[in-house]
Amino acid sequence: MSSDVRFTDFKSDKQPTWCPGCGDFGTMNGMMKALANTGNDPDNTFVVAGIGCSGKIGTYMHSYALHGVHGRALPVGTGVKLANPDLEVMVAGGDGDGYSIGAGHFVHAVRRNVDLTYVVMDNRIYGLTKGQASPTSREDFETSTTPEGPQQPPVNPLALALASGATFIAQSFSSDALRHAEIIEQAIEHDGFGFVNVFSPCVTFNDVDTYDYFRDSLVDLKEADHDPHDYDDAKEKILEGDKEYMGVLWQDEESVPYHQTHGVTEDMTDIPDGAADGSMDLVREFY
Amino acid sequence: MAEDLNWAIGGEAGDGIDSTGKIFAQALSRAGRHVFTSKDFASRIRGGYTAYKIRTSTEQVQSVVDRLDILVALTQRTIDENLDELHDESAVIYDGERSWEAEYPDHITGVDVPLKSLAEEAGGAIMRNIVALGAACEITNFSIENLDEALEKRFGAKGEKIVENNKKAARLGQEYVAENYDLDVDYDIDETDNDYVLLNGDEAIGMGAIAAGCRFYAGYPITPATDVMEYLTGRIDEFGGHVVQAEDELSAINLALGAARAGARSMTATSGPGIDLMTETFGLVATSETPLVIVDVMRSGPSTGMPTKQEQGDLNMTLYGGHGEIPRFVVAPTSIDECFWKTVEAFNYAEKYQTPVYLVADLALAVTEQTFPPETFDMDEVEIDRGKVVDDDTVDEWLDEEGRFRAHANTEDGVSPRAFPGTADGAHMSTGLEHDELGRRTEDTNVRIEQVDKRNRKVDTAREQENWDYREFGNPDAENLVISWGSNEGAMVEAIDYLEERGVDVRFLSVPYIFPRPDLTADIEAAENVIVVECNATGQFADIIEHDVLQRVERINKYNGVRFKADELADDIEETLKTEAKAQ
Ligand SMILES: Cc1ncc(C[n+]2csc(CCOP(=O)(O)OP(=O)(O)O)c2C)c(N)n1
Ligand code: SF4
Ligand SMILES: [Mg+2]
Repeated sequence: MSSDVRFTDFKSDKQPTWCPGCGDFGTMNGMMKALANTGNDPDNTFVVAGIGCSGKIGTYMHSYALHGVHGRALPVGTGVKLANPDLEVMVAGGDGDGYSIGAGHFVHAVRRNVDLTYVVMDNRIYGLTKGQASPTSREDFETSTTPEGPQQPPVNPLALALASGATFIAQSFSSDALRHAEIIEQAIEHDGFGFVNVFSPCVTFNDVDTYDYFRDSLVDLKEADHDPHDYDDAKEKILEGDKEYMGVLWQDEESVPYHQTHGVTEDMTDIPDGAADGSMDLVREFY
Repeated sequence: MAEDLNWAIGGEAGDGIDSTGKIFAQALSRAGRHVFTSKDFASRIRGGYTAYKIRTSTEQVQSVVDRLDILVALTQRTIDENLDELHDESAVIYDGERSWEAEYPDHITGVDVPLKSLAEEAGGAIMRNIVALGAACEITNFSIENLDEALEKRFGAKGEKIVENNKKAARLGQEYVAENYDLDVDYDIDETDNDYVLLNGDEAIGMGAIAAGCRFYAGYPITPATDVMEYLTGRIDEFGGHVVQAEDELSAINLALGAARAGARSMTATSGPGIDLMTETFGLVATSETPLVIVDVMRSGPSTGMPTKQEQGDLNMTLYGGHGEIPRFVVAPTSIDECFWKTVEAFNYAEKYQTPVYLVADLALAVTEQTFPPETFDMDEVEIDRGKVVDDDTVDEWLDEEGRFRAHANTEDGVSPRAFPGTADGAHMSTGLEHDELGRRTEDTNVRIEQVDKRNRKVDTAREQENWDYREFGNPDAENLVISWGSNEGAMVEAIDYLEERGVDVRFLSVPYIFPRPDLTADIEAAENVIVVECNATGQFADIIEHDVLQRVERINKYNGVRFKADELADDIEETLKTEAKAQ
């Protein structure tokens, strides 16, 4: 396969079981379009999915894929990419998966700056377990486990990424099909860890962070005269708090991906059928 | 048994005990002598007592004994800690100029050497341990030139001057003893022309991994497994591989899993607390049928336990850990050289059967250095079997009518084809959810049974195809049968000799395969007395053997944090047999 890859080639024959209207449909479509637009095909693409409604994405897409355990998708994707740098690696999961149980990994995956794309389908709720508060839920958002709301400030994922030394930080919205695909495409093309927080509304359990809310409140950076290469500008917008943005907030033009900083460029899958030449030197070292 | 010499240096952690001991061990090895080292150490960096012990002989030694001939004591506590092991012929080297007044029983020979002053004379107080090594050379009639090579190896990178100063320090120690003492302890350290290599179990595992084609390693530092990661760092890169220091063990195993999904031979190593975390992902490894080698270098638990002490307490965890029922292999090397070979085997099992393999070693193997003839690790003997891997040309055989790759095909032997990402038309999904042949989630009752059976069938296939044998020692016809696993082999093999001298005949089976494992029914039924020896309190291996054979066995358990010693084990076995005889 090559240039004639269409985004539908990335679709599996499993029918999604997401609720009708779920934001995850749009998020996934944009990912497939971006993969096709950047010249990838299912045989050179590896998708790692977390656990959650969002995590089902691995099943609905067609590519090499692993649907792992809750919160650990980023380490898996990192391992895949380091073992075979020729693969296009895309990691996707929910806000609970990425910012709660997997938060520790998020910080370190960002620091490593491995050349992969991380898409968080942020619905500000635990969808799969039927509506508990997530780390991005609003302070007063009432759920079955937080009848008065969490009464703690939500995590600001973009700020967390920035503080961890991110080289690419973007935010997107699943229902703005064109912009969303475009932003994911930029993340794929970024030389390093391309992080995109995608608002993917949960129509069943979250009646606050709805399509209407995002449509009305999101400011498209394309129309806001924003320079994504200006760190101070990015920092200001990320920490602002009263506005939410869509688009690439920050991209470090000087980003050097892990492969280059660590000299990991070989495909590790190819090994001889006995000990490699030079192995006896390892023994001699112990003289 | 050949004459052996037992030497030790002890002091406070941070005193350079380990590196000094290692230099002497290397000098002995260079002189064609066999060496077996052990460490008594505290986990604090300063303030704790620590000692490096060497047993050396012209013949292979593979155990420690309760006897100390030469002791370099940098602190009084070093003497106190070892009083039981010192005897009439022992010599203690100490520095009388230091603030402490060495106290030791009259029957021991004290050799007071101004270590610090002589070191300063050679160029710096930091070399006082080296002065002590020189003194030890004189007492044992061991040629000081042997030290030179070891000093060059240790300090070569720091420049010629440093090497020369150290050589001088050693000579000052030697001369001081020669001029001031006329000792009647005489230990002659004979030399041979043999060349040996000196390495510990962690290094053997690391070297085995590289030899086996492992190219990806992820780990999180933990005693006593860290040496595996430190060994691989830098070296694996020479072979096109890479080491990642993960943020925790949850990440380490998932990084390793990712690399394995990509098609690399991949490994992680940790100790008990890390296995606790990795257990989260263990079922996923098995269910997604990913080949992965997970090393558990056991230490004393539970919880943080005694992190620098020996124990074989994780057998049940590696056999049964994880929710649900997880097919796996558990392999436990019984000696340092076997750490190398069993690592090679572990990778082959992992890939041939697309199943996680626990390689279970223990602290006694990990931190012990032992000499071997280099051909013990003959790289030409290493075979790599990657199992059923398909490529662009052969992938077609495994596509269904609609051209989809059957990554979990329900085959007769249970093993499905494997397509590395990048293989044309091999794209497929893998998941920890129950899935069909294509890797797609399902809760269909028939498919569930089919896939569970298929995964378990791989273990059955392996049981038939591989050689799950034990290692046998002693008298094959003896009525006393001793069984053990892991590092106890060395002490037990030597205990057989002691027992023979006392007229006790023993057959000894050392079992490196925990699952699948050899069927010991016939061996146990043929014996009069059966004893299972292991470093834990409850007898985890004894439990599974009793369960296999439906017969009670005697147990020797040690769980004070110290490995078995050959002479002690001989006593224990004699005692157990006596008690048993009385009961009958
Ligand atoms: C170790 C573990 N704990 C708990 C769960 C249950 N669980 C599954 S998904 C999920 C949260 C999902 O929330 P999110 O990541 O936001 O995904 P969403 O469903 O909203 O897309 C939880 C708690 C689990 N699968 N594993
Ligand atoms: S519960 Fe919410 S997140 Fe899950 S599928 Fe339904 S709409 Fe989507
Ligand atoms: Mg969510």
